[in-house]
Amino acid sequence: MAAVDDLQFEEFGDVATALAANPDATTINIEGPGESPKRPGPPRGSGREEDDELLGNDDSDKTELLAGQKKSSPFWTFEYYQTFFDVDTFQVFDRIKGSLLPIPGKNFVRLYIRSNPDLYGPFWICATLVFAIAISGNLSNFLIHLGEKSYHYVPEFRKVSIAATVIYAYAWLVPFALWGFLLWRNSKVMNIVSYSFLEIVCVYGYSLFIYIPTAILWIIPQKAVRWILVMMALGISGSVLAMTFWPAVREDNRRVALATIVTIVLLHTLLSVGCLAYFFDAPEVDHLPTTAVVPNQTVIAAKSS
Amino acid sequence: MAEAAESPGDPRTTSPRPLFAGLSEISISQDIPVEGEITIPMRSRIRELDSSTLNESVQNTIMRDLKAVGKKFMHVLYPRKSNTLLRDWDLWGPLVLCVTLALMLQRGSADNENDGGPQFAEVFVIIWFGAVTITLNSKLLGGNISFFQSLCVLGYCILPLTVALLVCRLVLLAKPGPINFIVRLFVVIVMFAWSIVASTAFLADSQPPNRKALAIYPVFLFYFVISWMILTFTP
Repeated sequence: MAAVDDLQFEEFGDVATALAANPDATTINIEGPGESPKRPGPPRGSGREEDDELLGNDDSDKTELLAGQKKSSPFWTFEYYQTFFDVDTFQVFDRIKGSLLPIPGKNFVRLYIRSNPDLYGPFWICATLVFAIAISGNLSNFLIHLGEKSYHYVPEFRKVSIAATVIYAYAWLVPFALWGFLLWRNSKVMNIVSYSFLEIVCVYGYSLFIYIPTAILWIIPQKAVRWILVMMALGISGSVLAMTFWPAVREDNRRVALATIVTIVLLHTLLSVGCLAYFFDAPEVDHLPTTAVVPNQTVIAAKSS
Repeated sequence: MAEAAESPGDPRTTSPRPLFAGLSEISISQDIPVEGEITIPMRSRIRELDSSTLNESVQNTIMRDLKAVGKKFMHVLYPRKSNTLLRDWDLWGPLVLCVTLALMLQRGSADNENDGGPQFAEVFVIIWFGAVTITLNSKLLGGNISFFQSLCVLGYCILPLTVALLVCRLVLLAKPGPINFIVRLFVVIVMFAWSIVASTAFLADSQPPNRKALAIYPVFLFYFVISWMILTFTP
């Protein structure tokens, strides 16, 4: 109770006059019934509501404060890392749905993450993507070279480690570089919107989800189908990323903002095209010998006639 | 000794005597025994147990551990909700299964250097680091299962997939062809489903109710990867 009374600045005058009246008295403020009407507002039970009153009633400020108060354990305890996995099943499904259906004007971070970034989604989506790409690549190569006599099936296990390195490096190093870049630009230009490192990792992780069904559909050995899939996946995940980061760079110099967005989309394109080229063999490889043979036969037939 | 204990506390004395004042009056005579048993009956029973596991024959020790491992294998093959697998965890079974799997899945030495199947170390690392990652994931999501209990369950539930690998090895001795492949595919799918059901029966109860799917999905991915390695195994 003494702590609550310490913050009651309007009662200071009463104590001073009481002290002036009686210098020998101790200054213990005992609450009486006469004092309660003097308190402004509803009666406060705990000191925490006092803090909120003093620091402002803005809703976004309160959520920022709560977000800051959430991760209060020191980083060497287990509870600190548990705060990054504080999501329920339906929340993860909602975030995945948000990454698949980008709505123009709606920001993925503000709409779905709401100061609760999680590491569950990025980690397990990347793990699933690694195995999806490796297994689909293996299956697609097997189906393409099925009739050839000289082909012996190999599981190509080495490609799993390569896929894992590439995808986890992309999902962690690119957000780190982007976060550093945004931090640097924020120090020069005052931006309204700024993202924490974990929120950027979260956006990148969930935006990679579209590549899982894309990788499975890449088994179809038609070049046109594969490139259409690349375009669609790039369109969806690129637009999620662009709409997330456009508010963060909008206040900046026009060229810098456009260059940032273009770089983000370009790196995303590089990842998808690179994976397609490395893990999936080109489907026209076995067609070439037959098309080379046929003109020879027509030439020989023309010569002999 | 009895006189010394009674005399300071004697209520019949009128004047209060200082503590242990009567000690000086005692002389130890020859007929008071000063040695004897100081064991309490219960303590002697515990000490008897300790010495019994130390002094028993090696065969008894090995058979006891083997019986515990065998009982857990039975629990995996016929999964019912019971706490035995969780309460008395051990990692012998997972070690034996993992080494068997890795030994049989590793590729031969000479012909395929780069693009073959997994090496022994790769299978070993996938199984153990996969199990550790799943355990950490379930603990971070708020599950109340201990680290080694979860490793124990995940390791023991690889047993159906090991059986699938042995069956595939036998089937591969026959003539290769599409029927061969379909038989292997069917066996691997059935054993994969069995592993998932067995591990879910043991692990699902320890997760918070609104995060069960989040904790079970990595188990599904783990056994799927092992099944893929078994299915694509070519000698």
